[in-house]
Amino acid sequence: MALKHVNAVVIGAGAAGGIVAKELAVAGLSVVLLERGKWYSPFECRKDDLRNQRVTALGSAFGPDDERYVRVFVDAKGQEHLVRPSEGNYHNNAACVGGGTFSYGALAWRFMEKDFRMRSTYGAVEGSTLEDWPISYQDLEPYYEKAEWEIGVSGDDSKNIFRAPRKKPLPMPPLPPSREHQLLKDTAELLGLHPFDAPMLRNTIPYNGRGACMRCRWCVGFACEVDAKNGTHNTVIPKALATKNCELRTECVAKEILTNAQGQVTGVAYFDTNDRLQEQPADLVVVSCSATESPRLLLNSKSRLFPNGLGNRNDWVGRNLQGHAYAGAYGLFDYDVYDDLGPGASVAVCDYNHGNPGLAGGGALANEFIRLPYNFTTIRPPGAPRWGAAHKEFMRKWFKRHIAVHGPVQEMPAFDSRVQVDPKVKDYWGIPVVRLSGLNHPHTLEVAKYVALKAETWLKEAGAIQTWLKMPGRGLSGNQHQAGTCRMGNDPKTSVVNKYCQVHDVDNLFVVDASVHVTNGGFNPALTIMAIAYYASDHILTTWKDRTFR
Amino acid sequence: MKKSKRLSRRKFIKLAVSVAASGSAISCAGTISPWRFLSIEEAQTVEAICGQIIPADQDPGATQAGVANFIDRQLVGYLRRYQKAYREGLAGVNHTGLARFGKKFVDLPAPQQMEVLTALDKNEAPGEIWKQRSAKEFFDLVVSHSMQGFYGDPRHGGNRDGVSWKMVGLSYPPIRGRLR
Repeated sequence: MALKHVNAVVIGAGAAGGIVAKELAVAGLSVVLLERGKWYSPFECRKDDLRNQRVTALGSAFGPDDERYVRVFVDAKGQEHLVRPSEGNYHNNAACVGGGTFSYGALAWRFMEKDFRMRSTYGAVEGSTLEDWPISYQDLEPYYEKAEWEIGVSGDDSKNIFRAPRKKPLPMPPLPPSREHQLLKDTAELLGLHPFDAPMLRNTIPYNGRGACMRCRWCVGFACEVDAKNGTHNTVIPKALATKNCELRTECVAKEILTNAQGQVTGVAYFDTNDRLQEQPADLVVVSCSATESPRLLLNSKSRLFPNGLGNRNDWVGRNLQGHAYAGAYGLFDYDVYDDLGPGASVAVCDYNHGNPGLAGGGALANEFIRLPYNFTTIRPPGAPRWGAAHKEFMRKWFKRHIAVHGPVQEMPAFDSRVQVDPKVKDYWGIPVVRLSGLNHPHTLEVAKYVALKAETWLKEAGAIQTWLKMPGRGLSGNQHQAGTCRMGNDPKTSVVNKYCQVHDVDNLFVVDASVHVTNGGFNPALTIMAIAYYASDHILTTWKDRTFR
Repeated sequence: MKKSKRLSRRKFIKLAVSVAASGSAISCAGTISPWRFLSIEEAQTVEAICGQIIPADQDPGATQAGVANFIDRQLVGYLRRYQKAYREGLAGVNHTGLARFGKKFVDLPAPQQMEVLTALDKNEAPGEIWKQRSAKEFFDLVVSHSMQGFYGDPRHGGNRDGVSWKMVGLSYPPIRGRLR
């Protein structure tokens, strides 16, 4: 049954979708913003260390639910497993208004210039689809700035000599340092590194009508109880709704994108809150469902003209799934380094993002987010007991006397790390589910080892009496930094969208989320996703005229 | 799954403690289990196992923290998919106790209980059930749930009075809306 026609349907109210919906609505387009999840309040699942978006021992707090959602995960031996959202191999991000931005740790880096030119900088990496982006840092610079000021970023990167150039400073200052931050900062300077205050999408002073961070220990994975954590749910989405041009429909699950005989998109078929199938006609569709769900939707949108799914003439939809290869180290100290001041992840260095001898790329290093007691139960030196009296003593003795330093090492994209749709398994709504397979590229692990050793050196110099490494595995990467599956490129044979996030050969279809990242930087991707959303919206509005594209 | 009559929390704790203290003297026939899923004997076994995973020392251990209560409660809640694993796994632990030392797990002295658990951890445990089910997997599950029930938020039924948080030196209850 067809609903009233609108100019645009944006699917997914996350980091990108929220911004696109607002930009289009402010410009006067009629927009329907579809979101499969709910709109949670900052008070839901308060401080629940067993049920949040990071620790899912008792479920994923901000979606999706284990009852109606399932995926197929193919392990390294080729065996299939049915996995639920609360399991790691599902590679979940979130399902709610705000998407991952509702509960993330909120690190807000800009990528560096070389992050957009990985192939030109490092050459081909054998077995990897490492490639340059079709756009440069300079193309995104004004949009990074827009995101920093509209969504709200605090911090201070002036001491980071490696940073890409910026025109405007950050709108908010950093938080005063915690004990661990001060120690690591002083040590880094002694080592000749260039520590700086990590940028965060977090209020440190009253901003955008909300107060400042209260420095609690429940940050990454939790909703912010004082609403100081900035995401699209408390900035651009309310603005979009206030224009009266945008309608947000929550708990609506997209089934497929509809096309006509001319190969143009005509709207979206979705299941509403009562599980009834609806058809929303529109002039253009923007897919912002995440790097696992966006390719799924494209692949499930089959028609006579697109027998393998939209944008998939050359089998690049769902390919090159990336996340980050977290690498670092732990250190034990002989005095209390913990002062209960959150959120952590405050002092960073970019000395190891690029120019590491013989290695492609690298990653930013910073202190970890503050750890709760339950988080610490699995942290221990190799070979240490994991239960019994000795483990209890370890917890008691070292909980306040340990520091963790790690960072998101940039991965070498692999063609066979991919998202497909399963031929047999369907979700609650009868929609074929995501099928995940692939491995990390070996060179990624080499880079990770180098970065981990640097983290260990930092901790040793800081006075750690014992250190050990934390290394990623060889398995498929994605999870909450998932990216890469609808690659941006100039050549339709080796990409899915063009440099404006427009699907090749389908003018009125856009993918605007981390799926378009060619490579994923050595940084948490949220601010880059937001910048791309502003950038793509700008292009849509510039070329949009009378319900078509010029 | 057994149905249990609704008891007030105080009565439930009193009954559970007295039942645990009486050991195997109480027969299950005719006795309503105060637990939601576990039988009285199963709960005693869970308490004994968790009491070795996180023993009492100068600070309270799993027993005082109510880890068994956490496990029992979650087995009819979010962790209900592990009901069969617990039913069979707990029987398996007793099989191992009987095979190694001729007694059920709860009746073994502490050092022998540790030997049984170590055997499970190494996947070298004798017992019929362990031919169909991995001993190590079951033990890992109980370790994992013990950590959740001891170090996790009290709202889920364990970590009574925040004992583990006090042990590591954190304030309890957590300070809400704290500004520094």
